[in-house]
Order: sequence, then structure tokens, then C-alpha cells
Amino acid sequence: MFHRESGVFKTTYSADMALYPLPIAKWTVAVLALVFVVIVPFFVHEYYLSILNLIFIAIVGALGLNILVGYTGQISIGHGAFMSVGAYTAANLAVKLGLPFWLTLPAGGLMAALIGVIVGMPSLRIKGLYLAIATLAGQLIIEWTINRVPAISGGAQSSIEVDRPTLFGFSFNTQGSLYFFLLFFAVIAIVATLNLVRSRIGRAFVAVRDQDIAAEIIGINIYRYKLLAFAISSFYAGVCGVLYTYYFGIANYEQFQLVVSIDYLAMIIIGGLGSVLGTILGAIFVTLLPIVIRIFMENVGGLFFTTAEMANVISGLRLGVFGGLIIFFLIVEPEGLNRLWRNIRSYFRVWPFSY
Amino acid sequence: MSEDLEFAFALVLSGASIGLMYSLIALGFVLVYKATDAINFAQGEFVMLAGMIVVTALGAEAPLIAAIVVVLLAMIGFGFGLEKVVLRPLLGRPVVAVIMATIGVAAVLRGWGPLVLGIETRSLPLPIGDEPISIGPATLPPIQVVGAAVAILFFIAFNWFFKKSRMGVAMRAVADNQQVAQAMGINVERYFAIAWAMAGIVSALGGVVWGAMLGVDVQLALVGLKVFPVVILGGLDSIGGALVGGLIIGIVESLAAGYLAPYVGGGTKDFAPYVLMILVLMIRPYGIFGRRQIERV
Repeated sequence: MFHRESGVFKTTYSADMALYPLPIAKWTVAVLALVFVVIVPFFVHEYYLSILNLIFIAIVGALGLNILVGYTGQISIGHGAFMSVGAYTAANLAVKLGLPFWLTLPAGGLMAALIGVIVGMPSLRIKGLYLAIATLAGQLIIEWTINRVPAISGGAQSSIEVDRPTLFGFSFNTQGSLYFFLLFFAVIAIVATLNLVRSRIGRAFVAVRDQDIAAEIIGINIYRYKLLAFAISSFYAGVCGVLYTYYFGIANYEQFQLVVSIDYLAMIIIGGLGSVLGTILGAIFVTLLPIVIRIFMENVGGLFFTTAEMANVISGLRLGVFGGLIIFFLIVEPEGLNRLWRNIRSYFRVWPFSY
Repeated sequence: MSEDLEFAFALVLSGASIGLMYSLIALGFVLVYKATDAINFAQGEFVMLAGMIVVTALGAEAPLIAAIVVVLLAMIGFGFGLEKVVLRPLLGRPVVAVIMATIGVAAVLRGWGPLVLGIETRSLPLPIGDEPISIGPATLPPIQVVGAAVAILFFIAFNWFFKKSRMGVAMRAVADNQQVAQAMGINVERYFAIAWAMAGIVSALGGVVWGAMLGVDVQLALVGLKVFPVVILGGLDSIGGALVGGLIIGIVESLAAGYLAPYVGGGTKDFAPYVLMILVLMIRPYGIFGRRQIERV
């Protein structure tokens, strides 16, 4: 990630596809692991840990969406709803059957994958705009169903409280312990995605994205791979929803509305479509942005607005800035933050002797 | 007529008038899609913006006519500007990029609109009275009648425009085949901009009638969510389809609210059109009047 190659010396395809292109890349990962496992949790204030926790959850969901949108070229405006499916599945299993998180988590993911495949079914016949509208319909119908069916939503408030996850009698009930819990899943999601996209499946996804008819001609069953992309992507979304549920201790549909779907789309566009590193950067960026806006407005906005107006101003500003950034990145830098990072790297690759 | 029939008649009539008002907004979507192949996910936000501009103008003691002129000009300018700044750089990019860009526009309008033009819910009074108008056994609020009348007028006007006027014929040529249109000496880019400006005009009137009906605040943008069932049902590139689709969706919605809601609870109005839309997507994705697309590599 941070190393500078002196040239291209690869002679085999497997070397080209390796996760660690150079030995030093291994060391980078080791250092990062050391920082995140040993240094950060013990030396960073709890408030910042809570922000990191939110970032970890966002990374899981955004990676899923990027597999679908960035790698397979399908579009989903229904990811918020897939998250809610995972969240409510896990919450119901945890509360009604008393199952532990290591059962409810995959169950939530699988349920979301199932629903995702159903919502993605129209992608077999339609694409682009039609698919966007179909997934939008999926989002609205799932939201409506969860709200109307008390067996799913757990009553009038449509929210279910769950206990924090426990493992071998140890309860993850502080920000510090939840940090390890969420870091674990974020790392799994990152490694799984990195491996997925260089496998046969990932390459089939890219082929479907780039030219679906040509992909079919070279022997890729595009229906299978489109549905597989929906399944994997909504599995990630479901897991993300479960993580939200355990993190907040409550499953509430308000966390999974249409706005959330758009937040996640913003993450992958700002970060970079079809890039794992970009997804991570986008998740960090989009999670931090409202926090920065809030801090800024609390310090500066007090001069212009009363406290009562402030909440509206902050939420409006947040939405407006998001929208602006989506447009800006689409027009100016379609490859997102990932591209900016690559530009920085390639500048330093020949530094200081660039000509 | 028996009471059941009267109830059904009232529902259908009310649904049809609301449906015509949906068609008015859907028309903006269809105009843009037909001419430029761009998908406007911000149509509801256009309507919201127009409504906000009208109430702001009215709040500044402007007479209604002046406010409507202001909003028409503002929305035309907005349409032109949007095309120039956002849509033109995205020409030739994948359809997903355009969808995302309009979603971004929607977020911007929803975020900044209330901040600049006022957060609180305001009413938009039209000088038409509150006395319900009775048609046969049914009664309709006057705003629905006005809205439906505006929608019908607009459809007649657009029909004339596309059939007879030079500009309309040129727009149809652009919609049909951009390259050939360009070869015939039509300035395609200019007509793209005009299409967006026309979407602005439609949204301005949509903003007036819907704002008068629902009151003006951010929630007004939710009307845009009804556009998708309407245009999918009618066919994305068909102006007549927007009319028929709007009527069908309005009636279905009204019947669902009248007959289903007692059993499944509220919100059926928002739910039924989307179920219908999913069915259409499965069976006939190009809609009733839409052009079937054949794809070649």
C-alpha cells in the first residue's frame, strides 16, 4: 500500500494477482494490524473509538454494495432495506429464541441474501434505470412490510432491543470491546472481498459489468452471476445491519431508510467504484463528514442560528453536502478517492526524479 | 345507483383526478428521458423546489400571477443550468452515473432548498375556494379539479407542440435518433437543454398544484416517488403513456386505499402502486406504450 516499486518484474499471472505484490506489502499489513489491534484500542479515547466502530460497520456494508455496483455493474437503491432485513432477522432470533450472535449474524446475512436475490430477480430481464427503480420499489415495499407486520417489527415502535453480543461469557458492552468485535468483522469482510474479486467469480462479475452480452458469449452464465452478485452483496448488507443492531443494542427501521441506501451509494462513488481501498476510504469519508459538519456548525453556526434551528440546519447541510460531493466526484473524478490516492502514489513513485 | 357503486364511483373519480396530477409530474420525467435518455431521479425535488419558490414569492407580497411567472422563469433557468453543469459532462457515461448524479441533485435540493427557502410547512392558497365540487354522486375538492384541468391542458398543449411546432418536431427527431438529427442540422445539445427546461416548466406547475394541495415543505418531494410507477406503467418514452399511467396509478391507489386499507392498515396508497409496478416490470418492462429496445453488441 505504501511501498514504492522500482519497476515491473512480474513474469506470471499469479504474481500479478497476488495480494502482496512485494514482501514489503506484508510488512505494511503487519504494521497496520499492530496499530489497529494493539495501539489504537488502548491509547485512543472512547469517543474516537465509537467513530471507528461506525466506520467498521460502514465498511462492511459499503464493500457489499461495491461488489454489486462497482464490480458487477448492477445498481441497487435498496441496500438500506437489505440491512433492515438482516437486522430484524437477527434481533428476532436473538430475542425470541435466545440465539447467540455467531448464529444470528450469518442467519441475518443469509436472510438478507435471500431477499436480495428476490429483489434482484428483475435484473435478469432489465438493467440500468429499470433495475434502479425495481430496487427502489424493493426498498419501499420492505420498509412498509416491516412497519406493518408486528411479528417482524416487534410492535408499535417497530424496534427490538437486543443484548450486546457475548462470547465465552465475555460481554462486548463497552466501546473498547465492541471495537474488537467490529474490527474482526470488518477485516473478514475486507479480506473476503479482496479474494473474491480476484477469483473466477469476481472476474466474471467484471466481465458482466463491462459488456454483459459479450460475457455471455464467452461462456459466463450472466443470470447466475447477476443473482450471485445480488446474493453476496445483500449478504454483506444483512451482516452490516446485524452489526448495527448489536452495536446500538436496538433494531430500528429508521436506521435503514432510503436515505441510508443513498449514503452507501455516496460512499462507494466518493471512494471509487470497483475498488476495495476506495470503499474503505469512502466509508471513512462519509462517516466522518456529518461529524465534521456538526462540530463545525456547533462552533461557527451558533453565530447565525438559534439552537432550535440548528438540528434542521445540520441535517439539511449534511444532505446538501453529500449530494454535492456525489455530483462533484461523478463529474470530476469518477474513480473517486481511490484514484486520488493512486495519483499521489504514482507521483511519489518517481519522486524526486520525475521529469 | 346503489351505495356500493356510488362509493366505487367516488373512489375512481377522486383517483382519476389525483392520477392526472401525477401525470403532470411524470410528464417532466418523460420529456427528459425521451429527448436525452437521462433519468431524472430528482423530479419530486424539482416540484418541491418550485413549490418553495412560489410560497417564498407569495410571502414577499407578490400577487399569485407574478409568483407563477417567477417560478416558471426560475425553473426554466434551473433546468438550463442543471443540464449545463451536471448532465452535459456526463454525456456518454454509463447510465448508472446519470442515475447517481440525479440522486445527488435530489439530495442537494432536499438539503439546501429548505435551508435557503424556509424549513417550516407553508400553505399555498389558490383563489378557488374550499367548496367541494360535486360530480354525480361524488364530490371532489376544488384543488383536485383544478390540478386535473391543468394537467389536461398541458397534455393538449404538449401534443400540439410535438406534432406541429418546429421545435417540437426537432425534439422528436432528437429523441428518435440523435446522430441523424445532428446530420440534419439540428443542434442536439441545445435541445437537450430545452428538454430540461421543459421539465422545469412542468415541475413549476406541478409545484403550484401539488403545493396548494399538500402544503409546501420537504415532504412535497415525496410526490416524486409516485412518478416511477406512472412512467414504468405507461412506458418511459411515451407522453400519452404518462397520461394513461397516471390515471391507472391514481385509480389503483384510490381503490386500494378505499377497499384494502381497512384490512391491512394505512400506507396502502404508497404501497399498491409499487406492487403494480413490480408486476409490470416482470411482465412488460417497457410499459404499455413504451418503445421496445433491442440491444446489439
